[in-house]
Order: sequence, then C-alpha cells, then structure tokens
Amino acid sequence: MGEVGLNAYLMVGAVLFVCGVVCMATKRNGIGILMGVELVLNGANVNFVAFSRYTPLGLDGQTTALFVVVLAAAEAAVALAIALNFYNNHLTIDVDSGNELHG
Amino acid sequence: MIEQLLFWVFAVLACGGAIAVVATQNVVRMAFWLVVSLGSVAALFFLLQADFLGAAQLLIYVGGTVVLLVFGVMLTASGPYTQIRTSPAEVIVGAAVGMLLLFVLVSSIGKVDWDEIADRLPATPAAPVNVDAAQWQKAGDQPAGSSASQVALGVQEQQGRTVRQLGLSFLGLRPDRNLVEGGAHGLAPGYLLPFEIISIHLLVVLIGAAYLARAKRRVVSEESPELS
Repeated sequence: MGEVGLNAYLMVGAVLFVCGVVCMATKRNGIGILMGVELVLNGANVNFVAFSRYTPLGLDGQTTALFVVVLAAAEAAVALAIALNFYNNHLTIDVDSGNELHG
Repeated sequence: MIEQLLFWVFAVLACGGAIAVVATQNVVRMAFWLVVSLGSVAALFFLLQADFLGAAQLLIYVGGTVVLLVFGVMLTASGPYTQIRTSPAEVIVGAAVGMLLLFVLVSSIGKVDWDEIADRLPATPAAPVNVDAAQWQKAGDQPAGSSASQVALGVQEQQGRTVRQLGLSFLGLRPDRNLVEGGAHGLAPGYLLPFEIISIHLLVVLIGAAYLARAKRRVVSEESPELS
C-alpha cells in the first residue's frame, strides 16, 4: 500500500459525483433529487480540497470549497421551499406529476 | 500508515454511503446514508489538513442541510411508509449510464499527470502555513534559539491550522502569499468581494425561501363561498 496520493482522492470525488448524478436521474421523489445534488456538490468539494493539498494552489481550493458549502445550503433551502409548495399543490412529492406548468 | 488506514476506511464509507443513497428507496434511510457519506467526506477533509473546512462540513451539512431535508421528508410524506418506486428498467439503465460515466472519469483521471501540470502553475510558497506558526513563535512565549526545534515545530504546525488564514483571506488579505515572497507576486487579492456577494446572496435566498414556504391561508368568505 503506497502513499495516499492525489489520484485516490480524485477517485472518491468521481464516485460521489457519479452517485449524485444517477440519484438525480433515477429518483422520482423530490427530496431524493435534492440529496443527489448534495452528493454532486460534495464530490466537487473533495476535488477542490485535494487539489488545494497536493498542488501549490494553497488556500484557494479551501476557500472555494467553503463558498460551495454555503451555496449548497442556500440551494437546499430554496429547493425545499419549492418542494413544499409542490406538495401543497399536488398532494404528492412525485416529480412525475409535475407536468402541468401552472400554479 | 495510520493515515492510509484512515483514508481507506473513510473513502470506503463515503463511497458506500453514496451508493446506498442511490440504491435505497426509502427516503428516511436515504437521509441516514447521506449523513454517513457526508460525515466521511468531512473526515477526508480532516485528513487533507483542511481542519476548518471539515468542521464547517460537519456543522453546516450534517447538522443543518440534512436536518432540513429530513424536515422536508416529514412535511411532505403522505403515509408512514411512503415509497415512490422507480421501475426496474430505469434502474438498469441508470446503473449502466452511471458505470459508463464512472469509467470515463476514472480513466481520464488516471491519464493525466497531475505533477507535471502543477509544475506549470506559478510558484507559490510550498508551506504557507509555516509563516503563521513562525511569526507566532517569534513574537510568542518560546525563547529564541534552538532553530532545529523551531523547524520541527514548523513541520508539526503544518498540519491544519487554516482558520486564521481563511479568516484573513475572507477579509481581503492573503498572508500565505504576501508575507512569504516579500511581495514578489505583487499583492495577491483576497476574497473580500466574493465573501460580501455570498453573504447578500445567502440573506436574499433565506428571505425568498421563507416567502415561498409560508403557510397559505385559504380565504373562505361568507358572501362568495364558491370562490375561495
């Protein structure tokens, strides 16, 4: 077992990204889609911090990752509000029923 | 050695949690596996010497966002065991597409020589965290002298301790760039403007979310009950 390098962390980030994309594409529950988005953002964050550690980028990667964390929190709040409105109007959270494009 | 062991444990936990999020149909169990995955990612951040970022990940993601998602599950569930099924054909197609995407990503990661690309970047101080520790030591309690111990302590202090530097970079200062080279790069810009923009953005987003999610009262008037 050699030294843990940059590639190992990039592999973890790739797995998280792919799981998030598949989760977004296959789940029919609105909350599940939000969880997929969180997984994608976490995969990107792992890449940012790994590059910040193993390349001379220094602190830039960690700062960008902090911005991504804050943006993910804001996105979750707004998307959850939209999901609650959707549930109020359709009495279900199944995204396949949202095919009317009104109210 | 212990670092490699911890890396493999937390990498397997993070990837397994993510795969379990995809594979589970129950939403509450998905939230649990998401907690496992995000917590393991926070541990990976600690292993990458990003101590403040790992703590922020634990606080904001695991403590905030997932709780928000669980509240969303509670407020939108129409039955106690609500499961919205995905058809098996879609599962097979999704798994195949995911495998292909993972293969593309992994093969392209393996092809690139990251060290050669990192050499092309403009040279920056190799150990930026050392500056903080050295100046702290110079002004601090430890008596001067014994440079060997200071070097050893600098190597020790390189593990983590990014809180002050992150805070200063959000204030528009870059102590890791500006103090080391003596301004050879000119003044490196900090992150004051993005910090302000994201602060206003977060405020606007929270006000908008509260406006969107407010309880709508059905107006039932006496004279026109057919409207409402």
